[in-house]
Amino acid sequence: MRIKADTGVCVGSGQCVLTGPAVFDQDDDGIVTLLVDHPEGEAADQARDAVSLCPSQALSIIED
Amino acid sequence: MGMIIVTETVPATTDDVAFPVARGCPFAEPAEYSQVREQTPISKVRLQGGTEAWWVSQYAEGRAILADRRFSSDRRRDNFPIPGADKQLRERFRRQAPSLIGMDGAEHAAERRALIGEFTVKRLAALQPRIQQIVDGFIDDLLATRQHPVDLVRTLSLPVPSLVICELLGVPYADHDFFQSRTALLISRRTPEPERARAVDELRGYLGELITRKESEPGDDLFSRQIARRREQGALDHPGLVSMAFLLLAAGHETTANMISLGVIGLLNHPEQLAALRADPRRTPMAVEELLRYFTIVETATSRVATEDVEIGGVTIPADDGVIVSGLSANWDPSVFAAPADLDIERGARHHIAFGYGPHQCLGQNLARLELQIVFDTLFRRVPTLRLAVPVDEIKLKSDAPIYGAYELPVTW
Repeated sequence: MRIKADTGVCVGSGQCVLTGPAVFDQDDDGIVTLLVDHPEGEAADQARDAVSLCPSQALSIIED
Repeated sequence: MGMIIVTETVPATTDDVAFPVARGCPFAEPAEYSQVREQTPISKVRLQGGTEAWWVSQYAEGRAILADRRFSSDRRRDNFPIPGADKQLRERFRRQAPSLIGMDGAEHAAERRALIGEFTVKRLAALQPRIQQIVDGFIDDLLATRQHPVDLVRTLSLPVPSLVICELLGVPYADHDFFQSRTALLISRRTPEPERARAVDELRGYLGELITRKESEPGDDLFSRQIARRREQGALDHPGLVSMAFLLLAAGHETTANMISLGVIGLLNHPEQLAALRADPRRTPMAVEELLRYFTIVETATSRVATEDVEIGGVTIPADDGVIVSGLSANWDPSVFAAPADLDIERGARHHIAFGYGPHQCLGQNLARLELQIVFDTLFRRVPTLRLAVPVDEIKLKSDAPIYGAYELPVTW
């Protein structure tokens, strides 16, 4: 799976960073940045949780 | 015309009930909520104060509406639901520069982006040691108190978030009696409008002077950084900054204070849950999520106005109609949170909408999480025999306030 982040709609809630700290980070302005594009194992599960928690639907998963 | 809609869509047993309904007990949602959720999940209801709005009671539809940009947060719109509001209050909303919570679309996105960098998970993690120190300081004072019972609201719930937000924003903590009392007046539905307006004017006047001072003598604080940022962008807007300051100060202390009080009541009343929390502090973050879900203290901030006809859940919400997504009802939706009346710190409640959802989701949510985690961990570790000094039904709760909480919380140990 690949994770995609739309920084244009991100509202910086930080839910993704709390859920998957190995996958997501925030830049100095609070906007999502990806630490990895292809999370695996536990990180993949966390990424899926983060997608469903994101309040602005900025995250999506593309299954390989 | 409106009255006809009400009698047609609201079940006979709730058509004489004004929404939101006052809470009777901290461990239950109002009975009307579950009834409406089962029978007419999206329906028009009469609000306190006499106007009406669509009441959205289920989790899925509520979340969908809060993420849907066809709904406006502009409090100046005619049908924006403000329970208990009279003409004067609406007039005031029209006169004042809107804050973040009342903006839409591009204007909201720009304002939110100006602020959100202050609340990143990383920035907040750096505050952890100082918040711990603050909590320990107030608990030192608490433990030194000889006269029992002690009011936990006055000694811990209010002081902790007040001092934390003061240091972050750059508000002198010495002024806490002033801003706490004015905030309490303005959010109570019992405050007569002239008095509420005076509280708002006094608080705006105070923050206006503070912002003016920081415009010429900046400090190392959020207000000063926002002034600098807006000046760089050539968009220094004094009334807009005062509205921002007002929102951050009021939301930054009152909400967290109420969650501290209710969380303590909830955990003391569920000793098996408290024991599980104490046994392993790694459970604290999940416990905080469950307490946020269980009490859902902010109920009507998640109000909107439809900007066009929107079809949802088999219902058409017409353009210009007001909508209230009840966070409490959504968070007690049994199809999403099984046995919602059970406080269960291990249920995994992270997807609750106690902080709202969509682009307006609470700016300070991760600060609140951090404060609540530190307070519950530290309080129950350092005061292991803490107990309520009165039965739960004698605690004065903010049953009819737009932000639920406790006025007083007598405890002993």
